[in-house]
Amino acid sequence: MPEVATAAPAQPTQRRNGATLLFEHAHVTGAASIAGPVEGRGPLGGHFDELAPDQLMGQRSWERAESHLLARAFSRLCDRLHLQKGDFDLLLAGDLLNQTVASAFAARDLDLPFCGLYNACATFAEALGLAAALCDAGFCRRVAVGTSSHHEAAERQYRFPTEFGSQRPPSAQWTATGAVMVAVESAAAQRAEARITAFTPGRVIDYGVKDPFQMGAAMAPAAADTLAIHLGDLRRGASDYGVIYTGDLARVGVPLCEELLRARGYDLRLHDCGTELFDPEHQDVHAGGSGAACSALVFAARLLPGLRGGDYGRICLCSTGSLHSTTTYQQGESIPAVAHALTLEATSAG
Amino acid sequence: MQADDKQQAHYRQLLRRHVPRPPVARNTLLAFLVGGSICAVSQIFMNTYLRHGLSPEKAGALTAVTVVFIGAALTALGLYDEIVRVAGMGGSLPISGFSNSVVAPAMEFRREGWVLGVGARIFTIAGPVVTFGLLASILIGAGYLVFHLPLPR
Repeated sequence: MPEVATAAPAQPTQRRNGATLLFEHAHVTGAASIAGPVEGRGPLGGHFDELAPDQLMGQRSWERAESHLLARAFSRLCDRLHLQKGDFDLLLAGDLLNQTVASAFAARDLDLPFCGLYNACATFAEALGLAAALCDAGFCRRVAVGTSSHHEAAERQYRFPTEFGSQRPPSAQWTATGAVMVAVESAAAQRAEARITAFTPGRVIDYGVKDPFQMGAAMAPAAADTLAIHLGDLRRGASDYGVIYTGDLARVGVPLCEELLRARGYDLRLHDCGTELFDPEHQDVHAGGSGAACSALVFAARLLPGLRGGDYGRICLCSTGSLHSTTTYQQGESIPAVAHALTLEATSAG
Repeated sequence: MQADDKQQAHYRQLLRRHVPRPPVARNTLLAFLVGGSICAVSQIFMNTYLRHGLSPEKAGALTAVTVVFIGAALTALGLYDEIVRVAGMGGSLPISGFSNSVVAPAMEFRREGWVLGVGARIFTIAGPVVTFGLLASILIGAGYLVFHLPLPR
């Protein structure tokens, strides 16, 4: 791991340092979150805007239920900001389902220009970073950023039919059910809740882990790589941040990532969205949560309120995604992973 | 970036220290208790059928049918996957587990219709058991034929 060279230094500009994009006009003006029933019973249960009563929510399939979650998060966001859907220039959204149908089907009813994104569970940071870039560059005034995942829909696609009984190893993770929509704006006036100041799109890293029940281990090297590049480009260390969150490395991946970072000279104490979304003592989620909604839910329920309320001056969120499919692992391929890092700052600090 | 062999070997060492091992003793005990209970209940059915005058062959078949039905019913009620989560092979190995592996995909893929959903995917999990079970029986049958062994009664 220490032998890995940092990304080839690009021509430094005002808006970019190494691989890291720097923003001045990218504000988060609000977020809306809906979580599933299991997430609702977790430690953050009281901090979501809405809890789904069950996994189906009156829809006729898990996939429709996931789309419904995302569309509902969007309408809640509009209500909160007193906006109409036409007030957004663009929708950036992604999920875990094949062909990202949850996002596409939600977008069908939203009448907005739509770019569908897929980076597995790293999609949230990817979408937020791209939205910040589009706003900062002046291409968009206001972008809606959304991700969703659904436990049952993911189970049947990646693993087994939902009612099939199987015993999972302790390193397995639990795909979160939920959806989050975030508004990113170029000119936020009074209502900015936080600023996105830097975004490092990560490289795809593969350390040869083949077991899809070891996603934390598969993603830890990607998270370490992106975090080291992000902090290196910004010339910052642990003391410059209130908290540093990884996406869903969970209880297996976090210590691995910390150890890989120590080898690169960064002694960081990482928090992890997958670890904090559930209560591992009382909820049988094994190593922790995962899913495209995982880091988004923790962002909406803990990180953004923390920035808004002044608990944190500056945070880093590094969402992590494992880029395998059922076809690739059945064919014996290892699991490539990617992580994208964002720095967000409280508006008062800016 | 694909890590080279040396990096991968180094990482595998790191994994050995950090990846938790399954609680084998606890899992084995639970598998024994739950699997054993399923067998004990099955035996109660068997004895009852025998007491009502069924031949051992018919009583055995009827017991299998009964346990398959119970497995299917518990799957439909959303309980069987909870049993296996705790008991592992203790829940998967009895014929009620086989029943679960057929009924679960039938329920899951009903939304894709009767033909391409239920019909095509009902043996998604049990298919390999049927395929290799057939293959094994053909091979053993061929063995009896070639070596002129007396067929078991």
